[in-house]
Amino acid sequence: MDVSQYLEIFLDETTEHLQNLNTQILELEQDSENMDTINEIFRAAHSLKGMAGTMGYKRMQNLTHDMENVFSEVRNGSIKVKANMIDILFQCLDALEEYTTNIRESGDEGTNDNEPLIKMLGDILNKKAAGESEATAEPAVKSADDSDGRKWLEINLNSTDKMVIGEAQKQGKMVYGVTVSIQESCLLKAARAFLVFKAVEELGEIIVSNPSAQDIEDERFDLDFSLIMITEADVDKVTAAISNVSEIESVLAENLDLSVMQLDEESREAEEHKENMRKETEKSEESTAVAPVATQVQQAAQTAPAPAAAAAKQPAAAKQSGGKPVVNRTVRVDIEKLDVLMNLVSELIIAKNSLVAASEATMAQNSGTAQSGINEQIEYLESVTTNLHESVMKVRMVPIESVVNKFPRMIRDLTKKLNKKMELYMSGEETELDRTVVDEIGDPLMHLLRNSADHGLESAEVRAQRGKPEVGSIWLDAYQDGNNVVIEVRDDGNGIDTESVKRKAIERGQITPEQALNMSEKEIIDLLFLPSFSTAEKVTDVSGRGVGLDVVKSKIEALSGEVEVKSRLGEGSTWIIRLPLTLAIIQALMVEIGGEKYAISLGSIQTIEDVMPEDIKLVQNKEVIHLRGSVIPLIRLDKELDVTSTRAPEENLTVIIVKKGDKTAGFVVDELQGQQEIVIKSMGKYIDNKCKLISGATILGDGEVALILDANALI
Amino acid sequence: MEDLIIASETAQYIVIRLGQEQYGIDIRYIDNIVRMQHITRVPKLAAYLKGVINLRGEVIPIMSLRLKMGLPADEESKSARIIIVKLEQYGTIGMIVDEVREVVTLDLDTQVEKMAYDKEDKNNFIQGVGKYEGGLISLLDLNIVAQEK
Repeated sequence: MDVSQYLEIFLDETTEHLQNLNTQILELEQDSENMDTINEIFRAAHSLKGMAGTMGYKRMQNLTHDMENVFSEVRNGSIKVKANMIDILFQCLDALEEYTTNIRESGDEGTNDNEPLIKMLGDILNKKAAGESEATAEPAVKSADDSDGRKWLEINLNSTDKMVIGEAQKQGKMVYGVTVSIQESCLLKAARAFLVFKAVEELGEIIVSNPSAQDIEDERFDLDFSLIMITEADVDKVTAAISNVSEIESVLAENLDLSVMQLDEESREAEEHKENMRKETEKSEESTAVAPVATQVQQAAQTAPAPAAAAAKQPAAAKQSGGKPVVNRTVRVDIEKLDVLMNLVSELIIAKNSLVAASEATMAQNSGTAQSGINEQIEYLESVTTNLHESVMKVRMVPIESVVNKFPRMIRDLTKKLNKKMELYMSGEETELDRTVVDEIGDPLMHLLRNSADHGLESAEVRAQRGKPEVGSIWLDAYQDGNNVVIEVRDDGNGIDTESVKRKAIERGQITPEQALNMSEKEIIDLLFLPSFSTAEKVTDVSGRGVGLDVVKSKIEALSGEVEVKSRLGEGSTWIIRLPLTLAIIQALMVEIGGEKYAISLGSIQTIEDVMPEDIKLVQNKEVIHLRGSVIPLIRLDKELDVTSTRAPEENLTVIIVKKGDKTAGFVVDELQGQQEIVIKSMGKYIDNKCKLISGATILGDGEVALILDANALI
Repeated sequence: MEDLIIASETAQYIVIRLGQEQYGIDIRYIDNIVRMQHITRVPKLAAYLKGVINLRGEVIPIMSLRLKMGLPADEESKSARIIIVKLEQYGTIGMIVDEVREVVTLDLDTQVEKMAYDKEDKNNFIQGVGKYEGGLISLLDLNIVAQEK
């Protein structure tokens, strides 16, 4: 799968996480006991690991995985944070930054395994005194510079080449590795190289060269090239012969020791890969048209050092060395500028609402004819502001595709890692959400999918026993539902074992056994959202550390969304994420309760009913009404909001039928005041979350503040 | 906040009246002073939280200093004002006072007597007492006033 299109998101997010880690570790240095900081670091490392894994950057994933392990221990209190540990962590961050820079420049994470760092992290875990030898702290960079110009060491030998060399050495012939550097001022590098080849061929046989003979001929190499030759002549003779060619800077020829030339699985793979690509390129060259991309592929393949094999498996577009990652040809606008635009639209709508209110006031005073002209203009203004609002919203909307499309790859990798068979089915990738929401939604979804794959789905054997198809299924469905966007993650696995959740919670001391007895199924499932809760018996690379569900919940709630879980033991579970389509401006129904004005989001309203008092029935001492075959509980808002209704008890009731998720209720209100576009405002930091029934406030046309009822909390 | 007071020689306070007593609010916290206006009640809040108002397009929570400090509820009066303060921890809050009198500059060495903060005393919102023209001004510690107890 082509992951290059997510490169930018990945880079943005990685940079953000690294920045966050830097700040948090600094804080940790000041206050090594702060659990919040430790949790934060742990989460960031966890997210980084997940992202790197999804993108196929194995080295980055390994390093973050080990960092995460260390923090897992710190969090459990089995390791104390020490000064040298902080040092190592910062070195890790530097290494990660190096990977990121490499990826940004070339789409390839580079070849630095950072083994010393990984070892030190391991030492911390083993509680050995880590970081004793400062010397090992320096990351060992395997690059051309290390081999002091002996670039021929980088030549990849395939098995045939190896055989030929071995054979020649047996026959007493000499095998030399040669690296030739051409003077920088040289104009016809290819010609010089050709002369070198000719000189060498007079003395012996060239087995392999880097770059290939074809590339050298096409002048597709830098200032040096390397080759391996078999000859009967001695080193000096070879060196002299090559040096005879003019404009040669230096010649380095040495006896070749086959054991120095690494020929592991990876390099062989890379070799075969290169070989294939070369063939393809040659084919395309034969067929007259030389596609520029193919040339670049070849070039990239030629210059890529052997250990980059893992990266080489990725599509070539992602790793054009030296080139920038390809970016869409659209105008990129800073989201902050859009925010400003959005705020201005909000202001405009408030101003428009004031104008409407003012005009109604004057209308009441003088029933003049001049008024109708003003009305027309106001209506015109109204339609313009509504359209403007919609356009600005649309600009900010992007399909969730960019986020969800990285998941199939992730599931594929998980299949291997968990040794479970599973398939991901996605629908509704084109569903659009606000850009800020889309940016944030990736992590929570990833956690849910990993959760389903690891905890939800059973192993193939268990599935067979239970009479389920061997291959487990995970569904990711996105769709728009009124003013909301719903994303469902569903699996046909084991479902949530509430008993085991209960046991675990008691074990961890999060609830008492007495409490557990009285808990409803829903309450038990809610336990899963507590920080660091995990039912998995063992920690795996995928999940089981208890990061995740609490993060999922807090992330979604930060986006004013909600998470709901449905689960049937043995049949599977469904995680439903509901997100508001718009964050700032909504259509609302204005109502009056006890003389106070409230707004109810139009998105949740089904119908409005006129109910006679005698139609109200009592079920379990709660008021309900029968409506078209269903029983709907009544919620008397005057009681909920501590005000006195202005209606007499014998009057008919105005009931607003509200639906949230699969729950329905009827809100009893005094008066309806009509529909209005409202701008959602925070009630201020001081009281924002103190009243659960209110989700925010809005400013009406007359300057008064009206509160927005949170239908969700009321039901 | 205490550090800041030590650092500067003098500090300016807005003198307000609550009932019979005079209080001083550090001027650096004050964003605005507005006339009493209609307050939209927010249900389910502590009694001293009166609701919210619209201040030039922003919704601001309002608290009654009287109720918060255990005095009788506010009376309607023409002199009542809402002092809008900005606190780092709690954001913007409006505080209802009976009257705003004047701005005074107090010398911290000679005119202010600091008081130790007593955690036990629930109604202690004072960080010191200022002496000014023969009268005494209780200097409010707004972060403690805003704290939930």
